[in-house]
Amino acid sequence: MERETMHRLLRDMLLARTFEERAAAEYMKANIKGFLHLYPGEEAVAAGVINAADASDYVVSTYREHVHALIRGVPARQVMAELFGRTGGVSGGMGGSMHMFDRERRFMGGYAIVGESCPIAVGIAYAVVMRDRPEAVICFFGDGAMNQGAFHEALNMAGLWHLPVLFVCENNHYAIGTEVHRHSAVPDLYKRAAAYNIPAERIDGMDVLKVYEAGGRALDHVRRGDGPQFLECETYRYRGHSMSDPGTYRPAVELKAYQAHDPLSAAIRELEFRYPSPEELAAVGPDHIARLGQHMIEAGHAREAEVEAIKQDVKKMVEDAVQFALDSPQPTMDAAWQALRCNRREEVII
Amino acid sequence: MAEEMLYWQALNRAMDRAMEADISVFTLGEDVGLYGGTYRVTEGLYAKYGEWRVRDTPISEGGFTGLGVGAAMVGMRPVVEIMTINFALLAMDSIVNAAAKIPLMSGGQFPMALVVRVPGGIARQLAAQHSQRREQIFMNVPGLRIAVPSTPQDAYWQLGQAIASDDPIILLEHEILYFTKGMVDMVADAPPMHRAIIRRPGKDLTIVAYSRTALLAQEAAAELAKENVDAEVVDLRSLSPIDWNTCATSVNKTHRLLMVEEDCRFAGAGAEVLASLTERCFAALTAPPQRVAGLDIPTPYNGTLEAATIPQVPDIVAAARALCQPAKVKATAEAG
Repeated sequence: MERETMHRLLRDMLLARTFEERAAAEYMKANIKGFLHLYPGEEAVAAGVINAADASDYVVSTYREHVHALIRGVPARQVMAELFGRTGGVSGGMGGSMHMFDRERRFMGGYAIVGESCPIAVGIAYAVVMRDRPEAVICFFGDGAMNQGAFHEALNMAGLWHLPVLFVCENNHYAIGTEVHRHSAVPDLYKRAAAYNIPAERIDGMDVLKVYEAGGRALDHVRRGDGPQFLECETYRYRGHSMSDPGTYRPAVELKAYQAHDPLSAAIRELEFRYPSPEELAAVGPDHIARLGQHMIEAGHAREAEVEAIKQDVKKMVEDAVQFALDSPQPTMDAAWQALRCNRREEVII
Repeated sequence: MAEEMLYWQALNRAMDRAMEADISVFTLGEDVGLYGGTYRVTEGLYAKYGEWRVRDTPISEGGFTGLGVGAAMVGMRPVVEIMTINFALLAMDSIVNAAAKIPLMSGGQFPMALVVRVPGGIARQLAAQHSQRREQIFMNVPGLRIAVPSTPQDAYWQLGQAIASDDPIILLEHEILYFTKGMVDMVADAPPMHRAIIRRPGKDLTIVAYSRTALLAQEAAAELAKENVDAEVVDLRSLSPIDWNTCATSVNKTHRLLMVEEDCRFAGAGAEVLASLTERCFAALTAPPQRVAGLDIPTPYNGTLEAATIPQVPDIVAAARALCQPAKVKATAEAG
């Protein structure tokens, strides 16, 4: 893997963590209202899969989607302003935490009805095939969604018509408070995709490099026309289901065990472990050496500082996003009507 | 230019014309392809356009309606056929939570050029689970538009308009109407999709109806004419939005309002029509507005009982008579 990619993965995950922790703080300050479902612990899934995607691919998400949007490239300002319900938000303050949409980045929305998004992803994929384009649709959902009829109906149609969908199960082991072995007859979730003839794999969703690799592989298949693929990413959310959930149903020791396996520290370790030796750099060739050499001077002498710099960078970005959100005006009722009737153009109704 | 055809044939022509004109139009549903559609609406289209544009689906109403939503988000114009309104209840999430809300939730970023065609109504002894309309469920959903064509001409026009529109639209077709005949002009300009039409002008009372009951109301008006009661029949053609101006103009002229609906009376379309027109025309009304509606009971299988649960022409005639001549009716009743 390119060092650059690794840096991006690390930076995305640090941004995600910083952003979400700040969102929690802003929620406590009542700048953010309603439901707020946070992502800490699961960063490697979004970072790995979305970084493996092309700009022409589509992303369909859930109600825990701020990080998916951020990593897809939606500016932190627009994500934060949406949480604040302001005009500058990515959905103009109309969607909120659970309904972020960005047409330009093919971010096809966060959906708060569990499993509902699966048929929508299948519909986008159906259109992709009709237009004969080499595009993939990435559909995120949790372990809880796998018991919805909509999920099974969607997988059946995707399998039946060989539609270009990558189904990504973010298995954080809990459907709100009900653990996977208490909600699924087959707790090896990836095995259930076999019922629809969809190749499936279970991976360590706390290891961003593995997720990135597996995501890239699966997306290649999807874009090549091999039909849908299924990835089960085993992960864990450190916080409760939402801000109103203290998560007391989970043993403290379980949380600690997963935190020891924090995707962020894993990525940092990996970054250092993978740091190329001078011989390896020499083998890459002169152009790359020139570029990477410069990098090495910076990082080789102060790797910690480099990571620290990224941390400061994302912190600044999140700080700026909060300020932007605070400054962004409240939307008007006119804007709401306009959004509802966005489609009518010049159509004469009556 | 007009041609006589059946209601289903008019829908079939509208589909064919839309599919021919725009490659992004496609249809999907149970048995719409090889089989040709339960009510023959998609007959011949599979052979002409192939399986990707005329897609036979598994029996997964929620799933394939959701597929339509996703396809519409990326610029396609899907026409989802749900075999009957009864099964549409399984697709309510895709229709209500997704199709109707995505335009607003996305801050206006995503058009929703989705058409959902749904046959419904009380047909002939299909029993409770296949005999209902449930339009009020959709009427109460902001963001949806609902067309209810009663003639082949309207079926032709309104399906074409629904496909051309970028809003999510439910087209409620009546199972009894598929094999009714009418003239269809395929060249004439269509009125706006949601405009109500005066089917019969009159001066004594306004009968508001839609879909199959619009035909019953016209039959009733012909009966009433024999008794010198001159009824004006307004065919709503649309249940959301409703063309209040046409309705109010009529009520302000006749001073009496009778609503006829096949669906259950309680909290139904008629309740909305009466409430809104009372708000608008209160001063013009000379009698309390009345409703002739389906009974609040699941439809029994038995044919006689089934007929007793929905409005029949004599029910409409009697209600209109009572509304126009309350004193006379009362006197007759007392004498009898």
